[in-house]
Amino acid sequence: MIYVIDGSLESLLCAVFEWFERKPGKIMLQLEKYYQPDAFTTEFHVYKDRKKADRVWTGLKKKLDRGWMRRFYCTFLSESAQAYSSLFEFTCYIFSNPAGSEGNYGNAHVLAVAQTARKVEREKHRMEAFIRFQHSADGIFYCVIDPDFNVLPLIMNHFKNRYADQQWIIYDLKRHYGLYYNLEKAEEVNLTPEEEKNLQKTTGELHAIKENLYATLWKDYFKSTNIAARKNTKLHVQHVPKRYWKYLTEKMDT
Amino acid sequence: MSERIREKLNILADAAKYDVSCSSSGGTRKNDNKGLGDSHASGICHTYTEDGRCVSLLKILLTNHCIYDCAFCVSRKSNDIERAAFTVEEVVSLTINFYRRNFIEGLFLSSGIFKNADFTMERLLKVVKKLRLEERFNGYIHLKTIPGASEELIREAGLYADRMSINLEMPTEKGLKLLAPEKSHEDVKRPLGFVQNQIVQFNDEKKLIKSTPKFVPAGQSTQMVIGATPETDKDIMHTADAFYKNFSLKRVYYSGYIPISHDNRLPLIGTQPPLIRENRLYQTDWLMRFYGFNVNELLNDANPHLDVDIDPKLSWALRNLQFFPIDINVAAYKMILRIPGIGVSSAKKIVQARKFGKLRIDQLKKIGVAYNRAKHFIKCADTPYQLKDYQGTQIKSFILAESQSKYLKNDVQQLILF
Repeated sequence: MIYVIDGSLESLLCAVFEWFERKPGKIMLQLEKYYQPDAFTTEFHVYKDRKKADRVWTGLKKKLDRGWMRRFYCTFLSESAQAYSSLFEFTCYIFSNPAGSEGNYGNAHVLAVAQTARKVEREKHRMEAFIRFQHSADGIFYCVIDPDFNVLPLIMNHFKNRYADQQWIIYDLKRHYGLYYNLEKAEEVNLTPEEEKNLQKTTGELHAIKENLYATLWKDYFKSTNIAARKNTKLHVQHVPKRYWKYLTEKMDT
Repeated sequence: MSERIREKLNILADAAKYDVSCSSSGGTRKNDNKGLGDSHASGICHTYTEDGRCVSLLKILLTNHCIYDCAFCVSRKSNDIERAAFTVEEVVSLTINFYRRNFIEGLFLSSGIFKNADFTMERLLKVVKKLRLEERFNGYIHLKTIPGASEELIREAGLYADRMSINLEMPTEKGLKLLAPEKSHEDVKRPLGFVQNQIVQFNDEKKLIKSTPKFVPAGQSTQMVIGATPETDKDIMHTADAFYKNFSLKRVYYSGYIPISHDNRLPLIGTQPPLIRENRLYQTDWLMRFYGFNVNELLNDANPHLDVDIDPKLSWALRNLQFFPIDINVAAYKMILRIPGIGVSSAKKIVQARKFGKLRIDQLKKIGVAYNRAKHFIKCADTPYQLKDYQGTQIKSFILAESQSKYLKNDVQQLILF
């Protein structure tokens, strides 16, 4: 039996609902976009139903504390097919066992959810660290990223609290959406491909002289705070993996 | 204008880099005035230098002019180097502009002593006051307490800073006297104790009056230079332990001495900094703070030095084989913490998971235990029966044969005859 979902949180929760209603035994969860029909297994398309999803969500909230609800959400944001089935199995396991079962790290699904959530949290933390704003002529601080996981919803509050008195845009190039804070609230924005390209330009008219000065000062600082006698490239790369370098001011050529 | 500020930043960041502390954790300032910045309780490292150290704060000296002549310090009076000084406005504008671009978590401000302690402290205070009051900056500020500054100044600075620190410099009074005759540990203890008392007082007041302002919410720290003077690891860690206990320090930092001077009291220029030793000291520090070890268990008269080839937890376990093997399915949490190869988060997971059934080897591996190391010290549901009891030296050689040390490039292991 294969359950096909469209990848939204709602469809995932509905899949859990349907499973408990039908009790088909062991099933496989597949995403619509990767799904290839197969001659020998029966398929079941999960239709989204807000009510059913809400019932599962409230049920889950009763069973899990805030920390675990966050882990659930983080794992969902990892967007991997494997994570969806882990979440499905995890939810079924939680509902069919007494309270407190989420502590059973010996269970493969519990552990998978905990570990995936950790990866997403790590990426979130990295984004809080590695985002480098540039001050544009129109007064907005902007920055582009392409994180491994969909972490924008997780970092929104952090940046909103921190930069409460400046306008900023953080744009995810991989997922083609961003956050824009207008001094009142942060909201989702979508740009056209043309605008996206403009956002990535770091030189020219978009860039004030002052901006170059601070970039240079930051690069200078990065160099002079290094102790050459202790050089440890392996450790450096471990902390700042190369895939993030392209957006780091201190790693850009002058 | 911009050339001069670049020059100053280069000189004063370069002079400040030997201060190891760069943590930005423990700050709890919330951005509730719609100003700039919000401290993150866990701290954020915004980048890492090529030597692998975290860069979280803009770490600079206000000036590298200094009236002291400490042999271990680059900014000492007798050293012929370029001198510079920031103005208050320059520091504030650098901090704000770096912070706005998400380069840093805040400011680490230290200074050479010019004129006298009070004069220096006053200037430092001016910077933090301007940041907090005029710029409404809620980011992290780490401020050096200048030994000898008046208590009023220190107290006022504490109202604006998140963390304050004073460096011990040398682990023992004797070592310090050798290299910096004008300084003493007493000069450090007095202000440390004063700030500590104030923190306790403010916290007590806070319980009664909610509007009591914050006072050094992220606590105090200190730093010792390792390898400049001939102290043993035992001396160093006992000093650290005493400071943790007497002054409730948040952190003690150990900084391997990097030769910067031709002074014959010090290691020659070109000598490798003692990186492994520094690493082992930090490991010991962690064992004391998070793993419930007493400093005497790790370093005592019989073992005044830490092993270089193995970490202190493993070496404690090998000296105390009578406690092992530990059955992870029944042992107390604090005993599980003592098993080499099991860290705090694995230990917590084990304690949770074993309520649901006896744990097996494959589960332990998945949880994150370094099983190849831990297997010599544990028993679990499907541990193979072992006829022979191995000696500590044998276990050590098994572990060393399997592991690749990041420091020891060539094998220094001795042959074992039996």
